[in-house]
Amino acid sequence: MSDLVPVIPEIFILTMTCVLLLVDLFIKEDQRDIVYWFSLAILASAFLLTYQGQPSERELVFGASFVRDSLSDILKLFVYVVSAGVFIYARDYLKLKGMYKGEFFLLGLFAVLGMMLMISSASFLTLYLGLELLALSLYAMVALEYHSARASEAAMKYFVLGAVASGILLYGMSIMYGLTGTLNIYEIQARLLEAGDAGRTGVAFAMVFILVGVAFKLGAVPFHMWVPDVYDGAPTAVTNFIGSAPKIAAFAMVVRLVIEGMGSLHEQWLQIFLVLAVLSLLIGNVLAIPQTNIKRMLAYSTIAHIGFIVLGVLVGTADGYSAALFYTLVYALMSMGGFGVLLMLRREGQEIELINDLKGLNDRHPWLAFMMMLLMISMIGIPGTVGFVAKLWVLEALIHEGFISLAVFAVVMSVIGAYYYLRVIKTLYFDKPDSELVMTSNWDSRLLVSANGLAMLVLGLFPGLLVPLCVAAFAG
Amino acid sequence: MISLTHYLVLGAILFSISIAGIFLNRKNVIVLLMCIELMLLAVNTNFIAFSHYLHDITGQVFVFFILTVAAAEAAIGLAILVVLFRNKRTINVEALDDLKG
Repeated sequence: MSDLVPVIPEIFILTMTCVLLLVDLFIKEDQRDIVYWFSLAILASAFLLTYQGQPSERELVFGASFVRDSLSDILKLFVYVVSAGVFIYARDYLKLKGMYKGEFFLLGLFAVLGMMLMISSASFLTLYLGLELLALSLYAMVALEYHSARASEAAMKYFVLGAVASGILLYGMSIMYGLTGTLNIYEIQARLLEAGDAGRTGVAFAMVFILVGVAFKLGAVPFHMWVPDVYDGAPTAVTNFIGSAPKIAAFAMVVRLVIEGMGSLHEQWLQIFLVLAVLSLLIGNVLAIPQTNIKRMLAYSTIAHIGFIVLGVLVGTADGYSAALFYTLVYALMSMGGFGVLLMLRREGQEIELINDLKGLNDRHPWLAFMMMLLMISMIGIPGTVGFVAKLWVLEALIHEGFISLAVFAVVMSVIGAYYYLRVIKTLYFDKPDSELVMTSNWDSRLLVSANGLAMLVLGLFPGLLVPLCVAAFAG
Repeated sequence: MISLTHYLVLGAILFSISIAGIFLNRKNVIVLLMCIELMLLAVNTNFIAFSHYLHDITGQVFVFFILTVAAAEAAIGLAILVVLFRNKRTINVEALDDLKG
């Protein structure tokens, strides 16, 4: 029985999602709101369950294949919040696109379950199952707009590259299993420590495969090819989902596999992470500049942000890991808001695709334009917003460990990155509107976008609300 | 007597063939799906070989899960393929060029 207590949130989500699957079958087309509110209620209840059941120390259950600690709890709480936010932003968009079906919410909930499993995995097996549950749900969500050639092409590309990444990751896991004789991440950690320098070549071989898989899922350069295509081709509501919550799960994967499992190999994976971080910052920021499509621009900006997260991880200290965690959580909120604003608008009956579609938003909807501006300056990292705190913390951790030139490089890249965010702000405020721009959203997403934008300011002015949680997650 | 090395070499060869198939193939999406399956089978070979020689059953348990997931993955992959064919009237890899930049 005690085995089941730490898993209650997962069991709850699984059960209620299955109930919702059945409910969805029996309701009429015009009652679809039931599914929407039901899924929000599931996420809210799961939030309460996770929040209340926080253990005081690390708990390992199910033959040590499932772990619950303070890190897993904070990641899960953010996954619920971000997923619920994505659902709220998505509702009116889906309605106008004729895609307001139960599937979006159901697949989303199954993806949430997959992310929770990844976050709490203490064994390769749990991690793989969570990863696949997440990935398979996402492939289907991208293809949800089934009469669109672009969406199905994006789904196919995402599927093939994602499956290859899982295959490479599994190959690395199989070698690691052969070398250490166990699938349990904490036992692998212990055996690698015990072995010391003996048999490093084989372990490094396995590690490279595992890191390639992880980098694919993160979307770090040179394994980023899928990111712009999928962001662009998928319906914007799905792009919003892919761009936010799964990043939290990908970070959890880095923590479980790399930081915890292969912590003793820091010298080896440091080299690989250096390359990933530098290339991601460079390619992400530079290629975002020529983009005219705002979804593609945000896709390249994601890659750049991932570079920052990798920088935090490669430092190899608890401080660096906390900084990376903080960056990931903040980025998920920023990304959710950025796409959320796009979801709330329609230009002459069409959805927003190009940066120019936002022309003169300030003349039409000043509050929404202000929120978009807050989100954009937070992505740049201007002081006063939370993006600044996140970048500052990562840079501080880097400098503290002597990576001075890397910190300088990251700052230079952030300055280059400021250009394309500022261009969006310029379009919002200084360009004259040349066509009709309508806000199509309901009260729920209007409320959310205000909370989302203001959260950037509040967390930026009072980072103490979130920072101690991130420090505590790696204090153990 | 077949040693562990033989199995590992077999796994590595299968894995390399599947990777090569994915990157060299420029004609047909179905071949891509076959390559993905082959990749998972290469991993399975590795796991079973290790499991046998380490006298540890967990590796074989993992293989059962991989097989199940591979089946689900193939189902979704083929479903996406059908949708793609309906929209584009082709499954040529080179025709997947609407999204770029």
